[in-house]
Amino acid sequence: MTQGPAVEAQSVVKHFGDGPDAVRALDDVSVTVARGEFFTLLGPSGCGKTTLLRCIAGFETPTAGRILLGGRDITDDPPNRRRVNTVFQSYALFPHLTVAQNVAFGLQMLGRPKAEVRATTDRMLALVRLDALADRRPDALSGGQQQRVALARALAPQPEVLLLDEPLSALDLKLRKEMQSELKRLQHETGITFVFVTHDQEEALTMSDRIGVMSAGRLLQVAPPRDIYNRPVNRFVADFIGETNFLPATAHAGQIRLRSGEVLGPTTVSGAITVAIRPEQLRLSDPGDHEAIPATVEGSTYLGTDSHLHLRLPDGSRVVARIPSLPQAEPGPAPGMPVGLRVAPGALQVLED
Amino acid sequence: MTMATPEMTARRRRARAGWLLSTPALVLLLCGAAGPLLVVLVFSFLTKGGYGGVELPFTAEAWFRIFFQRDIFDGTVSAADAHIQIFWRSVWLSLATTLITFVLGLPTAWFIATRPARTRTLWLFLITIPFWTNLLIRTFAIMEVIRNEGLLNSALLGLGLIDQPLQILFTDTATLIGMAYVYLPLMVLPLYAAIDRFDMRLLEAGHDLYASRWALLRRVILPIIRPGLVAGCILVFIPALGAYVVPRVLGGGKNMMVGNFIELQFGQARNWPLGAALSMMLLLVVMAALLVYVRAMAQEGRDD
Repeated sequence: MTQGPAVEAQSVVKHFGDGPDAVRALDDVSVTVARGEFFTLLGPSGCGKTTLLRCIAGFETPTAGRILLGGRDITDDPPNRRRVNTVFQSYALFPHLTVAQNVAFGLQMLGRPKAEVRATTDRMLALVRLDALADRRPDALSGGQQQRVALARALAPQPEVLLLDEPLSALDLKLRKEMQSELKRLQHETGITFVFVTHDQEEALTMSDRIGVMSAGRLLQVAPPRDIYNRPVNRFVADFIGETNFLPATAHAGQIRLRSGEVLGPTTVSGAITVAIRPEQLRLSDPGDHEAIPATVEGSTYLGTDSHLHLRLPDGSRVVARIPSLPQAEPGPAPGMPVGLRVAPGALQVLED
Repeated sequence: MTMATPEMTARRRRARAGWLLSTPALVLLLCGAAGPLLVVLVFSFLTKGGYGGVELPFTAEAWFRIFFQRDIFDGTVSAADAHIQIFWRSVWLSLATTLITFVLGLPTAWFIATRPARTRTLWLFLITIPFWTNLLIRTFAIMEVIRNEGLLNSALLGLGLIDQPLQILFTDTATLIGMAYVYLPLMVLPLYAAIDRFDMRLLEAGHDLYASRWALLRRVILPIIRPGLVAGCILVFIPALGAYVVPRVLGGGKNMMVGNFIELQFGQARNWPLGAALSMMLLLVVMAALLVYVRAMAQEGRDD
């Protein structure tokens, strides 16, 4: 997995338009993706993640910076000279070709011998479990099947890097879950480096080896999913990934306190800060618990396995705690009820704004 | 079932109303197309009258005369080279016109289809401007451009590129230039309609899959816009085959196409049956061409 980088972006800048109204789609982005890695670019729409992908694919030329593929500078190569293939959000399957012909297209363009084209096409169709539909046209396939064709088509020429531009966004939830594990399986079986673009944080967390979180053309944090979730570098990342409570607090003499004085936990910094706590890191205890923060229940939302409990703290700020749902017969904490609130050890995130 | 009856009656009444409303147009089409065609077919099997017109008895002489001629003195039969030459010229000029309009029309249609929606309408409007002027006048205008003392030759002489005016007028080249000009919009419009529906994202997909620009054109664009391409070719080839005004004005008297030759039979030559037979022959060639197209389309549809 670490035989050197598969793809590298070095200080990539991309402007759309000229002069003062130019849009900075990418603002000095540098990232290295290792060989065989499943790397995800995550961010809200318009954050530049697709632009970065298109720069790697060759559809956009960076205003400044370099793109390296396997250590070789490909910044000025056209898309057809890059050993990189893309799975498009719209699939962009050729409507005049059958499934098999779609998959064979790249290999034919590379001038591979006929026998090899046929063998590889068959292998790819088997890999995505579409052998039975080889002679169908794309318009006779379901969305999920079209998705598989797009995958097989992009994998067939065995690119050094496979780029996936929000490929699952057009699928319904159930199919999306299926394709997520399918993608992981394909990546595992082919050993090809995947660069995956999505705005869906759950998708990013479940599938990736590492995630790069982007916002407004900048890469904010690159880390494995666990670190992104538990150690977000700033408020944006903490807010974008999962659900988080933000609390204004003061750090003094090694302790973080709410503005009303209750101790939240230990720290090494000092001054006015913001702390982030994940809802599932909050535990309920008795109202009389001296170590707990006294809170008042304001309401709850039933989520199935868990419930969201909306609470008000002594300083007036509101937090959400995620607690296991009680059996139906037992009544949950009712609005107005006083409770104690404990923070799981190590769950406090001190954030720079 | 009883509930459905009034609804069904209403539907039937509506269908009947539809038929009734379209009857005038159907009658007009039937009388205007089938009627005269039948007359022409009958004429082609009659004997020519002394001063034009047709007389009995029925004979296949006119059809025979399309391909063969009898020596006036000894009655020996030989191929009618002049007729075959005229047919041949018509076919190759029409094919060349189709090819030229395609080569010129494809980039034009692509250009228009890729403009922003606002300016696209303007470009389409500009393409249709030639239709506003009478064909005859436009053809004479071309004559003014390409004749020996015309704009083109004056310009070339003035620039010192030639020292003798080019004899373009009254040649096949003149006819070709004229036909390409006249039929170009008929190629551009269906191509535009096809390209307008073309999903430009497929170009990125193809480019991503190692296709060069040329391969994209051949393997992605052309197969997908084929319906528009075929429509354009038919719209150009068929009228070009029967062209009359352009070869008459620009080709001069000698470089006749079938249309001019047919006119000659009904006019000066006073051989109505031959004119009628030639007309039917032209129709058969057109139908054969269409059939080849349809076959080719269906064949490729299966092969893909």
